[in-house]
Amino acid sequence: MGEILKERERQVIRKGEQSHIMECEKQSASGSVSQRACVFCGSRVVLYPIVDALHIVHGPIGCASYTWDIRGSLSSGPELHRLSFSTDLREIDVVMGGEKKLYAALRELIEAHSPKAAFVYATCIVGVIGDDVDAVCKRVSNDTGIPVLPVHSEGFKGTKKDGYRAACDALFNLIGMKPTDDVPEISINILGDFNLAGEIWMIRDYFKKMGVHVVNCITGDARVEEIQRAHGAALNLVQCSGSMTHLAKSLKEKFGTPFLRVSYFGLEDMAKALYDTARFFKEKDPGVMQRAQALVQEEISAIMPELMEYRNALEGKKAAIYVGGAFKAFSLVRALRTLGMSTGMVGSQTGNNEDYEQLRELCDPGTIIVDDSNPLELAAFIEEKGCDLFIGGVKERPIAYKLGIGFCDHNHERKIALAGFVGMLNFAREVYSSCMSPVWQLTPRNERKAREKREECAA
Amino acid sequence: MSTFPILQKKAPLPNFTATRNACKLCAPLGAALAIRGVEGALPYLHGSQGCATYMRRYIISHFREPMDIAASNFSEASTVFGGAEVFSKGIHNVNKSYKPSMIGIATTCLTETIGEDMKLILNRVETGEGSDKLPVLIPISTPSYRGTHMDGFHAAVLAIVEKLAGRDEAGARRLNLFPGMVSAADLRYLKEICADFGIEATLAPDYSETLEGPVQDEYIKIPEGGVSIKAIRAMGSAKASIEFGRTIQARATAAAFLQENFGVAAHRIGMPIGVRETDLFFEKLEKFMRKPIPTKHAKERGRLIDAYVDGHKYVFGKRAVIYGEEDLVVGLTAFLAEIGVMPVLCGSGGESGHFAESIAAVTPNLAGKIVVREGVDFMTMEEQARELKPDFLIGSSKGQHMARNLNVPLVRVGFPIHDRIGGQRILHLGYRGAQQLFDMVVNTLLARRQHDSPIGYSYM
Repeated sequence: MGEILKERERQVIRKGEQSHIMECEKQSASGSVSQRACVFCGSRVVLYPIVDALHIVHGPIGCASYTWDIRGSLSSGPELHRLSFSTDLREIDVVMGGEKKLYAALRELIEAHSPKAAFVYATCIVGVIGDDVDAVCKRVSNDTGIPVLPVHSEGFKGTKKDGYRAACDALFNLIGMKPTDDVPEISINILGDFNLAGEIWMIRDYFKKMGVHVVNCITGDARVEEIQRAHGAALNLVQCSGSMTHLAKSLKEKFGTPFLRVSYFGLEDMAKALYDTARFFKEKDPGVMQRAQALVQEEISAIMPELMEYRNALEGKKAAIYVGGAFKAFSLVRALRTLGMSTGMVGSQTGNNEDYEQLRELCDPGTIIVDDSNPLELAAFIEEKGCDLFIGGVKERPIAYKLGIGFCDHNHERKIALAGFVGMLNFAREVYSSCMSPVWQLTPRNERKAREKREECAA
Repeated sequence: MSTFPILQKKAPLPNFTATRNACKLCAPLGAALAIRGVEGALPYLHGSQGCATYMRRYIISHFREPMDIAASNFSEASTVFGGAEVFSKGIHNVNKSYKPSMIGIATTCLTETIGEDMKLILNRVETGEGSDKLPVLIPISTPSYRGTHMDGFHAAVLAIVEKLAGRDEAGARRLNLFPGMVSAADLRYLKEICADFGIEATLAPDYSETLEGPVQDEYIKIPEGGVSIKAIRAMGSAKASIEFGRTIQARATAAAFLQENFGVAAHRIGMPIGVRETDLFFEKLEKFMRKPIPTKHAKERGRLIDAYVDGHKYVFGKRAVIYGEEDLVVGLTAFLAEIGVMPVLCGSGGESGHFAESIAAVTPNLAGKIVVREGVDFMTMEEQARELKPDFLIGSSKGQHMARNLNVPLVRVGFPIHDRIGGQRILHLGYRGAQQLFDMVVNTLLARRQHDSPIGYSYM
């Protein structure tokens, strides 16, 4: 494989052909055109959906511009999170320091928008010019009476995962600030769902039907006051484990709250999430399990007939998956199997060793498993495996389309709910509408294939 | 000067320290876009990895094309001890993978702040081990805390020309054309105009194909197209340069550099949007070739004015807010003013210092009537627009929030357009571009009128 840089050779595994342990969780190779972003990005995406907080990016304008209204995280109330605020540091600030500007910016914005808390994202140069962001935050918090939380997300200080950690640390500072007397015994926090396309509302509804109270979602459609009461829940459910396990562990340590890893994508994983939760509460209320079973049965039987139609059309097609967190990749491999599809390549930006071993176990022999990939590799893998569909985010889309194959957006910008049982049906529709479009017949790749087939038949 | 519209640096409305919904991007993005307009070239950022990823995503969402930008991928260690090592590694890696003919290296806020000595680290790579395999490397200083993406764009064009341009007799009859940041369709159209005149033009940059190419059978690492390095090398021998942009007059530009160092006459005109500004462009071409405008284009001009006549009533007296890069706004304002639209607010995140006078120059009959705001953001514009009661907005898709809040239609032009398809195919320049803009503006207003009417007229 000519496309793989030497220092990246051990970040690719072909199941059944290569037995080495994945070399992962390391800084991207210089010049590799990694699909990853930076520490700031990790923090920004995790905290972004907190709808009644003020989010201000402390640094030159770029970081704020590129993350303005970036995620499709919906709110049932305030929409302060959709505005982009920046200290827009200039040359003079770089020389003189940006603390005064940050202080003034925060005071004015808090006055104007009355947020319940403020997050201050430190970008690359903030540490370099020596701004004491913590001190400014403390001062503004004293002045205004709201929590003002520094997020140490300088882009170069590690990987996107370190940004998740910085975001978790900021969140952790909020938790425990409000009383929890009225939180019922059978209660959970949902960690790591960001309410893209309203997904969290669907999941909340499932738990409500089971008789499980949701204290708070971190961070989909989140409110600051709810986060401050998060320590009252009996159990934490962690989806998107890459971003939220750190917080779950911190909560376990400080408040003794246990956590379960779950996923809401695909029928199997969604049902398992509900059953695992029900099992956790079985001693307190055996009825939870009964209600969960009834719900799963009802939901699945409602979508099965249509789902099977898609399966009939899609059976035998091959997909490639490249996503941020590996946990989502597990669900996608299984969800594709539900549709009769196989996975030729699967990769993630931030998976760890455990994740990749689990992927190796889950995937079919020959599947390419890759960590922290880039456009040239991804294109080469897709071509090699003859994939019909690519599942990823915006940066992966043009790779698929240039090669003339289908694409399904499973990232921040999606507008269609893909979680939950209905989400599985939506996912099937998405995959179907991309794979079955007649436009592919006109692409060079398929024209060539059709020509080759004709020639074969003639010979 | 009293005849100029008032440039209000301080708004009567609350003036925020923070930038709220910025109407600008950072300099390296503009540089990356310009680099993509050179044949076989690859943009490279000396800085953190996130910058490249964010810019890629931003540009991809507009062009819907691959946009690979490499980066040094700074770590904490490289920030403390300097990025010479990651730079060298990055350049060699990207060279191995992409085999580019040129690497344009834009700095970032991080590397500028820590004081990276680009000359030194570049020299080390250029003379170090394996340097014989490297293509031409072009350093571009683009600290994100200075200027906007437009400044980065111009800086990249200048750096490329400074490094490469020389004399080549083969280029003696040529015209250098520096269009600034325009759409892929604009670039194709400029080439068509030059070809119709019989002008051999070197268009720099030219991302008309690199950022709008066909579907492929196999993945092409660096898309075909772009201005060739050979053509840039001959720029010093050209007969003249034309550069678009009224607000860039005072700065060092590629055309200014070529005039100073090679004696190539530099002609700076406004972005040719609308009849009057386009006439100036065609006059330049007529003089350059000493021949009249080709019939095809004269006819297009005729049809355009015919369309203006047909549609004048729909637009007369309508109030518009225009925003975006300064030179684009100046061009759009010239166009809107000549069709009878009242530009009530012209805003830009840019701060060239020449915005107001340039707007004044293209709207001689509207002196004092237009609010011109440089260095402005979207929330400030929205607050001001609320008082100015516009009928429509014209600019990038980033004005969508403002349009929604004000409940007025938005005519999408320029960059970026993230919520519609085909932003790269919007034509702004020349008679043909004005025709498309005119139809778009009129039809947007008609659609709104029809939609708002309880009757639902079938004839408008």
